[in-house]
Amino acid sequence: MSAFPHLVRRERASLSATVLAPLAALAIATLLNLALYAVMGKSPGAVFHAMLLEPFLSWASFSEVLLKMGPLLLIAQGLAIGFRAKVFNIGAEGQFILGAIFASALPVWYPEATGGWIWPAMLLSGAIGGALWAAITAFWRVRLNANEILVSLMLSLVATQVLNYLLLGPWKDPAGFNFPQSVMFQYDAMVPILIDGTRVNWSFPLTILLSLAAYVFMQKSFMGYKLQVGGLAPRAAGYAGFSEGRAIWLSLLIGGFAAGLAGAAEVAGPLGQLQRSISTGYGYAAIIVAYLGGLHPLGIIVSALVMAAIYIGGDNAMVSAELPIAAVRVFQGSLLIAYLIAVAFIRYRLEWPKAADRRPA
Amino acid sequence: MTPPLLSLRGLSKSYGQIRANQGIDLDVAERSIHAILGENGAGKSTLMKLIYGVETPDEGTVTWQGAPIRLTSPAEARRQGIGMVFQHFSLFETLTVVENIALVVPGKKRELIERVRTLGRDFGLEVDPLADVHALSVGERQRVEIIRCLMTDPKLIILDEPTSVLPPQSVEKLFETLKRLREGGVSILFISHKLEEIRAICDRATILRAGRVTGHVDPREHDAHDLARMMIGRDMPEITPAASVETGEKRLELIGLDHRPDDPFAVALKRVTLEVKAGEILGIAGISGNGQAELSAIISGETRLGREARDRIFMMGQDVGRLDAAARRRLGFAFVPEDRLGRGAVPELSLVLNGLLTAHPLGLLKQGLIDRAGAKAFAETCIRDFDVRTPGPEAEAGALSGGNLQKFIVGREIMLAPKLLFVAQPTWGVDIGAATAIRQRLIALRNAGMAILVVSEEIEELFEICDRIQVLHAGELSPSLVTRETRVEEIGRYMIGAQPAGHGTATSPAEVSA
Repeated sequence: MSAFPHLVRRERASLSATVLAPLAALAIATLLNLALYAVMGKSPGAVFHAMLLEPFLSWASFSEVLLKMGPLLLIAQGLAIGFRAKVFNIGAEGQFILGAIFASALPVWYPEATGGWIWPAMLLSGAIGGALWAAITAFWRVRLNANEILVSLMLSLVATQVLNYLLLGPWKDPAGFNFPQSVMFQYDAMVPILIDGTRVNWSFPLTILLSLAAYVFMQKSFMGYKLQVGGLAPRAAGYAGFSEGRAIWLSLLIGGFAAGLAGAAEVAGPLGQLQRSISTGYGYAAIIVAYLGGLHPLGIIVSALVMAAIYIGGDNAMVSAELPIAAVRVFQGSLLIAYLIAVAFIRYRLEWPKAADRRPA
Repeated sequence: MTPPLLSLRGLSKSYGQIRANQGIDLDVAERSIHAILGENGAGKSTLMKLIYGVETPDEGTVTWQGAPIRLTSPAEARRQGIGMVFQHFSLFETLTVVENIALVVPGKKRELIERVRTLGRDFGLEVDPLADVHALSVGERQRVEIIRCLMTDPKLIILDEPTSVLPPQSVEKLFETLKRLREGGVSILFISHKLEEIRAICDRATILRAGRVTGHVDPREHDAHDLARMMIGRDMPEITPAASVETGEKRLELIGLDHRPDDPFAVALKRVTLEVKAGEILGIAGISGNGQAELSAIISGETRLGREARDRIFMMGQDVGRLDAAARRRLGFAFVPEDRLGRGAVPELSLVLNGLLTAHPLGLLKQGLIDRAGAKAFAETCIRDFDVRTPGPEAEAGALSGGNLQKFIVGREIMLAPKLLFVAQPTWGVDIGAATAIRQRLIALRNAGMAILVVSEEIEELFEICDRIQVLHAGELSPSLVTRETRVEEIGRYMIGAQPAGHGTATSPAEVSA
């Protein structure tokens, strides 16, 4: 008889475990990474301070956290809707890039244009660009049953090359000393600043608003319910007459729309031009954010904040504690793995062998 | 007196608030066939899980061949010589029959295939060992489960409602098998709702009610009525005989429908013709795996016909071959599928949200948003009117016993007040009290003018409720037989293909033996 504890299925999903799982994952990932830094000869205390506390200690750095949180939150909300329907859009990175390109077209082609309509038009055009890029994946999935994970992921690589082509060719700033970047956008092509003295702009409240919309959509609306049924039990969806094709289209279009909007907000916000380095892996990090938030719109708000803090904190730690750049990626990865382990306890519990069992029979 | 093979004393198991088993005492003798009788939710499945090591008891002792044991996993139970065939199957759908068997039974694939064929022949459990499980019908899957269990040479076999998917001829064969196994020194724990069967084959019977043992009897000394009363604690309800009523317009019509599914293992339908009028019940008899799954999906709209198949299916007078499931429902069609978990209901969602699955047109939506209060009231009504035993409407569908979930799904579809109701296996796994209630309800609806189509493997059930019966065999439908003028043997002949299905084609001998 085994002396090890084993997993026993719970009668229903545990609410407390649902809330505790991401917190436990964060704690475990933090401990593991601090141990790793200690092995590397860095002071865990200093890294902990720089990475996890400093982002919250000053208004200046916290505003940067909010700035990073915007795109992560937006993309993750879109992805989570698809993930709940078991439509795995892994190509948010590409949709983000296309969003940035579509948004940039306006100021690149009309650098002299003025008016308060420009930045909203850019955000809208970026969102449409992202949705169009995701539509390619949806089309082949519905038409030929092509795996959406592979198609969307590979399209991200294509998107990077499209960006490179534009920046090295037609959209290169003539006065830019041959750097691969576009012209700096005019004033009206920038989203207005929300809080003076920071880089946080009006796209942030928009993001929070869209998060609440995602909450209503997923938790309250019938369309969101249909998507969930399709994800949990595809045959039950077929039985009830919920169209699978429509669920795939909707999931991917929403994901692409959100990622494209995030891309547009990035170029029309902190960057102010189209560059090669517009995304620092937001599209992939958002996958972690979505899962860490339990694919729940409100949970994702919290997880996006945490992930953004890790980005900013990682930058801090690179400077003050001389951590390598890969440290943030390692942290993100271990966070996801710790979470995937922790979620097992939402539907299962550990059963320890009782004392009586260990007595020899 | 020899000590019992298996002996339970004071076994208890609770799930949260629910006390599924309380102080169960049970002795299974060597070489015996022992029945466990009880209504849905009486704790039969829990008790079997405790014996098979799926769950561990909170209290009590288990003695196996004279020595106390504590089983913590099915693998260990199998090593001890306890095998089980579940009501919900535990097969991997993407693997073939023989690959599924190879997961538990050691041996070379070729030998396993040979043994599957031999067991199939000996016990009337014919199944193609190289077929993919996902392409098998519910009935065939159960055959695989029984074969798999027999292959591990167990000392005790637990059979959870084994006869519910078998045709009468195979039940006879299975009983022969069970008797032969008993002669060979194997004991059998037999769970069934069919009291006549228990009286025919079992040496002992233990009756459970609300998690407790209410009696140990020799079933041969009591008639079915007695047993039923012990089980449900009151007298059995009687079915009102189906008085013939005036039938109305055609609500469902299939005209010479041919269908060859994409799935190479699925059964092709050949020239299927049937009609159901308002105020009548048409029964489709037959052993599952003869095209029932394919026919169901075509009628429900889960399979849509190609453009070339025009004017083959009519509902309420309209050609619906190209309409999807939702559009057919809007015409007044409702459907209870044979698989409950994952098709008729989403296991991870609450009953409230499972009610919404098909009942959303009943005003449970407000501007695209779910009306929670309305949905909850709907689920509560369904639970009350159809006697669904559950802690409440927020319970997950997957936590309900098979019979209770069936009552919920049947209730939900009936509450839609459809013009045409299609029920596949209405009482499969449902206890006798609830089954009678469901049948009564179907007859009442027919009398009120509903058109009802029933697919069932239980001939007795079809004879009880149907005005007419057609038999499905190898994808072909027999002519319509008026129930009052037909004998059971006649249906049986169509079921095994001994009687050609008609339309001027004779069934080949190969198909008869298949």
